[in-house]
Amino acid sequence: MNRMLELHNVHKYFGGLHAVNDVSFTVSRGAIKAVIGPNGAGKTTLFNLIAGVLEPTAGTILFKEQPIQGWKPHQVAALGMSRTFQNIKLFHGMTALENVMLGRHVRSRAGFLAGMLNLPGTWREERAIRSRALELLELMEIGEFADVEATSLSFGQQRAVEMARALATDPEILLLDEPAAGLNIYETAEVARLISRIRDMGITVLLVEHDMSLVMEISDEIVVLCFGEKIAEDVPETIQRDPEVIKIYLGEDEEVSG
Amino acid sequence: MEPFRRYIPVAVLIVLVVAVQVTTRLTDTSYYLTQLTMTAYYYLVVIGLCALMGYAGQISLGHAGFFAIGGYISAGLTTHNLIGLQDNALVALLHKFSLLVERQDLYGDTLLTVQPWAACIAAVLLAVLIAFILGGPILRLKGHYLAMATLGFGIIIAQIVLATQYFGEADGLSEVPPFRLFGPIEVSGSFGSRVQNYYIAWGLLTVGVVLLLNLINSRVGRALRSIHGSEEAANAMGVNTARYKLYTFVLSAAFAALAGVFLTHYNGSIGPSEAGVMKSVRYVALVAVGGMANLWGALIMGTILNFLSLRGVFGSYDDAVFGLILIVIMLFAPNGILSIKVRGLLARLSSKGEQNPGEQNA
Ligand SMILES: Nc1ncnc2c1ncn2[C@@H]1O[C@H](COP(=O)(O)OP(=O)(O)OP(=O)(O)O)[C@@H](O)[C@H]1O
Ligand SMILES: [Mg+2]
Repeated sequence: MNRMLELHNVHKYFGGLHAVNDVSFTVSRGAIKAVIGPNGAGKTTLFNLIAGVLEPTAGTILFKEQPIQGWKPHQVAALGMSRTFQNIKLFHGMTALENVMLGRHVRSRAGFLAGMLNLPGTWREERAIRSRALELLELMEIGEFADVEATSLSFGQQRAVEMARALATDPEILLLDEPAAGLNIYETAEVARLISRIRDMGITVLLVEHDMSLVMEISDEIVVLCFGEKIAEDVPETIQRDPEVIKIYLGEDEEVSG
Repeated sequence: MEPFRRYIPVAVLIVLVVAVQVTTRLTDTSYYLTQLTMTAYYYLVVIGLCALMGYAGQISLGHAGFFAIGGYISAGLTTHNLIGLQDNALVALLHKFSLLVERQDLYGDTLLTVQPWAACIAAVLLAVLIAFILGGPILRLKGHYLAMATLGFGIIIAQIVLATQYFGEADGLSEVPPFRLFGPIEVSGSFGSRVQNYYIAWGLLTVGVVLLLNLINSRVGRALRSIHGSEEAANAMGVNTARYKLYTFVLSAAFAALAGVFLTHYNGSIGPSEAGVMKSVRYVALVAVGGMANLWGALIMGTILNFLSLRGVFGSYDDAVFGLILIVIMLFAPNGILSIKVRGLLARLSSKGEQNPGEQNA
């Protein structure tokens, strides 16, 4: 089972707008694959299709060789997919720790009745959830902010909480939508290190990112989208030299910061 | 001892409940207990709604409807005489399983009615069933749309009880018999059992509070708060948000229906005003005054306001007062009265529009 994720001729229309146009590619297990393309190319839409937020107008999406188009996001998550968001979506009113603990939701069981009756079995589960969440905050080097309300943290720290929360679901594949957006070069280097570490944990990574140095440094393969269409797919060295890619994308790199 | 810390306020509540009763006894003011008993039942609706609004983040302007379903079904079943239908197969069957009781009415006629326990269970189950059927489609709505849909439900229930002969139309139902819980313990408004009923009501409420406190502090509670925090992220992390919202809606409906059953047996009657839209608004106002996601805030403020209202302090402006409270809360203290800090209030007044994110913590 070497194919973690496969897209076959996926289309998405928003009314008359063909946001994703006949996109196919495969992500192999254990790889870091990047999706790049100019603003509005359809990258986030593609992520939303994969994660079950949107349903493709046509095409097939296989996750671990199972067709998942039409599934709800929570079902896809339970099967082992997790993600972060381009516009950070942390739970406001909850601490960093609670945010990450929520990530353990799919891997734990206590339901309404057990919760209402405060059954002893749930205490053990809660303890395990808490210690795993703390571990992940430590891994992201933000353990000291465990009890701080997540949305009051700095931008970089919020991204780290989001990543810890995503990892808490024990994903087999992690979708990262612009993990370095809004970060300075040091923080970006930190994120690159982190993504490599996540891959070393055996997690497949699918990444959308505008920061070319980051993408070129860490990805095994790159898919280039433009106006919803896949215009190239190859290893970073080749993509870097592809004249069409340079023309439509790399040439206007300055425009796409932030 | 983490799983028990949350019970400290519960212990305080119990002490206060006892202290109040003892005080009324010593000062010979035990007539207050009547209003306090009713307050506890209304408050049962409020805490259920608090879980729904404050934690799952879903508004309902129809909870008086569920209260009415509980009260009216229980009242209808325990007052309508089935003696003429004795030969009906269903009635005979119910009788055989001792779900019916025979008793004498005021004029010495024999009544055959549904046993209160059976009526109570039937009433709550019906409310749960309706909440399930209704909740599926309407909880997909958000914000104003959900508010409108639940309001619509409330109006429908209010109209049904007003127009249905079985429910007594504009007069409602009266002569609802006492509800014997077990042994000598019964829910009734008789003068002699005032103290007992005060404890039944506050006991039931305390159990409700404990169940909800547990829930809020559990894995499910975290999932509910996450829906409030960001539904899309909650979904992506594997929370079946639709199901959690539905279950919480059903749970809050069950609390409301149970409150309806108990209060109806306590009062010995129920009328159409209990199903009215203004009642629903009042429940929402009480949740808001307490601070949405704050069971204790809602308990304290709710008790005070409800008690004053039942004592008739607001006179005929009762509903207006609750409407006004809702407006004031939304404008100046969206996190509840108890969270107001004078400085924050002044800042809010002087620089309208500018939000202080730190307020969210309060
Ligand atoms: N829910 C939606 N309804 C209608 N149109 C949408 C929706 N989501 C995205 N679009 C449109 O689809 C196109 C692709 O948007 P998308 O967000 O996927 O681009 P992107 O590649 O992620 O861009 P960016 O680099 O700015 O994040 C855009 O034209 C956008 O306006
Ligand atoms: Mg995007």
